[in-house]
Amino acid sequence: MFFQNLQKVLRQNIREYGMYIALFVIMLIFAITTKGTFVSARNLSNLLNQTGYIAVLAVGMTLVIVVRHIDLSVGFLAGFIGAVAAIALAKWGMPVYVVIPLVLVIGAIAGLITAFPVAQLGIPSFVASLAGWLIYRGFLQLVTAGTGTIIIADKAFNAIGNDFIPDIPIKILPNMHFLTLLVGVAAIVLFVLSEISRRQKQEVYSFEVLPKDIFILKLIFISALVGAITWVLSSYNGISWTVVIMLAVVGIYHFITTQTVLGRHIYAVGGNPDAAELSGISVKRIIYVVFGSMGMLSALSGILFASRLQSATTTAGTLFELDAIAAAYVGGVSAAGGVGRVAGSIIGALVMTSLTSGMNLMNVDISYQYIVRGAVLAAAVIFDVATRRASK
Amino acid sequence: MSTPILEMKNITKEFPGVKALNNVSFRVAQGEIHCLVGENGAGKSTLMKVLSGVYPYGTYSGDILLGGAVQRYRGIRDSEHAGVAIIYQELALIPELTVYENIFLGNEIRNGPLVNWNETIKRAGEMLDKVRLKVNPAAKIKDLGVGKQQLVEIAKALSRDIKLLILDEPTAALNEDDSANLLNLLRELRENGVTCILISHKLKEVIEIADSVTVLRDGQTICTLDAHKGEVFEGALIKHMVGREIDNIYPKREHKEPGEVVLEVRGWNAYDPGLGRTILRDVSMYVRRGEIVGVAGLMGSGRTELAMSIFGNPLGYQIKGELLMKGKPQTFREPQDAIRAGVAYVTEDRKGNGLILIQDVKENITLANLHAIAHRGVIDSNAEIKIANEYKVSLNIKTPSVEQRVSNLSGGNQQKVCLGKWLFVKPDLLILDEPTRGIDVGAKFEIYTLMNRLVDQGMSIIMISSELPEVLGMSDRVYIVSSGRITGELPIAEATPEKVMRLATN
Repeated sequence: MFFQNLQKVLRQNIREYGMYIALFVIMLIFAITTKGTFVSARNLSNLLNQTGYIAVLAVGMTLVIVVRHIDLSVGFLAGFIGAVAAIALAKWGMPVYVVIPLVLVIGAIAGLITAFPVAQLGIPSFVASLAGWLIYRGFLQLVTAGTGTIIIADKAFNAIGNDFIPDIPIKILPNMHFLTLLVGVAAIVLFVLSEISRRQKQEVYSFEVLPKDIFILKLIFISALVGAITWVLSSYNGISWTVVIMLAVVGIYHFITTQTVLGRHIYAVGGNPDAAELSGISVKRIIYVVFGSMGMLSALSGILFASRLQSATTTAGTLFELDAIAAAYVGGVSAAGGVGRVAGSIIGALVMTSLTSGMNLMNVDISYQYIVRGAVLAAAVIFDVATRRASK
Repeated sequence: MSTPILEMKNITKEFPGVKALNNVSFRVAQGEIHCLVGENGAGKSTLMKVLSGVYPYGTYSGDILLGGAVQRYRGIRDSEHAGVAIIYQELALIPELTVYENIFLGNEIRNGPLVNWNETIKRAGEMLDKVRLKVNPAAKIKDLGVGKQQLVEIAKALSRDIKLLILDEPTAALNEDDSANLLNLLRELRENGVTCILISHKLKEVIEIADSVTVLRDGQTICTLDAHKGEVFEGALIKHMVGREIDNIYPKREHKEPGEVVLEVRGWNAYDPGLGRTILRDVSMYVRRGEIVGVAGLMGSGRTELAMSIFGNPLGYQIKGELLMKGKPQTFREPQDAIRAGVAYVTEDRKGNGLILIQDVKENITLANLHAIAHRGVIDSNAEIKIANEYKVSLNIKTPSVEQRVSNLSGGNQQKVCLGKWLFVKPDLLILDEPTRGIDVGAKFEIYTLMNRLVDQGMSIIMISSELPEVLGMSDRVYIVSSGRITGELPIAEATPEKVMRLATN
């Protein structure tokens, strides 16, 4: 009975669970091929920090693709804005608490500029953002031309990409980051409680719910996963600020997309723009909002990257946009519009960075790395289309 | 009668739940112009799709004989090969290509693997002469008017070796001159031995040109009339087209004295910059509180354009005229404005621009009025489920739960979801565009009953429909639209099917 249920649930939700399974399989393979180095505390911590700047882009890109558009300009926009932040800190001597909000606003404005020809004139976003790609690349080279790499000395700024949250001075377990453990436990408890209350509500309305044994399995599985990650992280330096920011972004965007009127409007526009317009939703406004948010997240990505390198470079942001797009697709967004979860894109980003990190550890040549990542992307999209067709 | 070039015997074509064609037989004699008439939904287009292989052999029952030989088309290519050419209302030309490229598209004159452009241009010129069209073969299609484009389509058809030319509503989008031109051309082609099937709603031109006429109604052949025996005249055609009795599928309602005027348009004109023509001319109409106003008109008459132009003009027509809502002049810049003012529009194309098919029932129902169930922009999911369940019960939407995707529902239930969505907006005026298209009789009855209940509660309804019995069965008052104009307004007591059909085919 249990296995029948499991089989049925997996088959019905294969598209949703597929990427989790893929991530698990990829991590397992690398764990074996690197003789455990891949799943070491240090490497996992690094992996999450590397995922950060792609993950925030992937979150924004998911919404852009949901409304049936694309934004190619985000990589060099992130690079350029990282450079702006570096200049503001290093040359203009502005304090970090001014610089960060300032560059986020600049990013949002840049996104709105990309949106303008798309929303007002119906220019394909591919072209509009390709123009942005070229322009921001030029800007980036322009502002870094004099000095080349701009070194950032600001400690607070550099902490974002390199430091970890402080621990509280309670030492119950030696050599463990206690606050991280606490956060992990709290997350598990919150998750279990919210899942149970949601299930109860669904049962009241007699909606379809998972069979009870599968539901419990799912709770145990996810709790164990979160628990394991927390355990591994707290045995190293704990949770990094990058991870905090990444989780905050995902949390906020998950809330907006699933709980708010704005989120519903975004998915409605993606699902059927004509119907959305006739339902009194301004499609133009939604396009501005989505591209504006994309621009802001590009700025955030730029901050994370510059902070991680403690400097702005002339090549910062190269190919970020493609990683973000790939992450969104691996995370289950559909090019046909209206489908795709923010949380999925984070998993997609993890898949893509895991591939890079794992193959680096294995000393795989960079050329093969590109080929493998391309193949994984293609496989993800083919899988998506095939399962979508099967479910019709 | 001379030997038939085409004979369709006992054709039956079923769609899930509907018999679109029921034992239809249809004979066309060599060298004649044979008109096919009937109301929307009578089965004309389905019959032509069977003939042209859009519905391949095996998906229908019955036989097709062309020149005496049984035909089994697996697709459009086969029928084209056999010499059947069909020209649809929506032209299948490529706007950015030239006239000669279009004429020989898919049928290129080759020199080995290369296109022989010299020969192509020469032959295209000959074809254009045949259809009496004087344009430069190198002109782009997009630079020609609709009338000329139609002639290019015919030239394209003639460039192949065809036995049968089928035209589906060729004059629907044409002005008087272009229409007359086209009819003249058809006569000339008849002289040259081309057999032609013409589908038309314009009875005048049918009478003018047909050698014989077959009338379809509800998927059945009603009769074939011979013009040379004097059987083709307006009265006969209308009688056969609408001859069905309006039975009690329309629930009774007491016609109460209507209240004050809710919406009025005066001198309403709309120009479509995309098509480059005026689609509404000098329309004036009004709706009062508690009445159902029917808008009758054939496809392409401007009914939907009228509704869209009132409902915030999402297609971007250039509009002149006055719109008053409860006596106050209003300008609706986008659908949102119209919704706020109390207007709701249930589209004729529920899959195309009515529903978000990949979303579930509750998300579709609340879409147009999300703020009513949200606090500071956050949706109250309990309230949403409650509202959706209320409409599920009151409209009798058959779905396992309101979390079901609407793409999994039947047409009738999808339509009810559309209605639920707009009722949740709590409008003063509900515009229904083809509210019962493609849904079964049971669901139709439920929708009619609902309409009666709504007007009793003081709502106003504009019902646009090409189904005449429905308009006459439900309305308090009827406007008739033809070629973008209101050609008549009749109180229900005076509206007979014959009168309305005459005004609609005007």
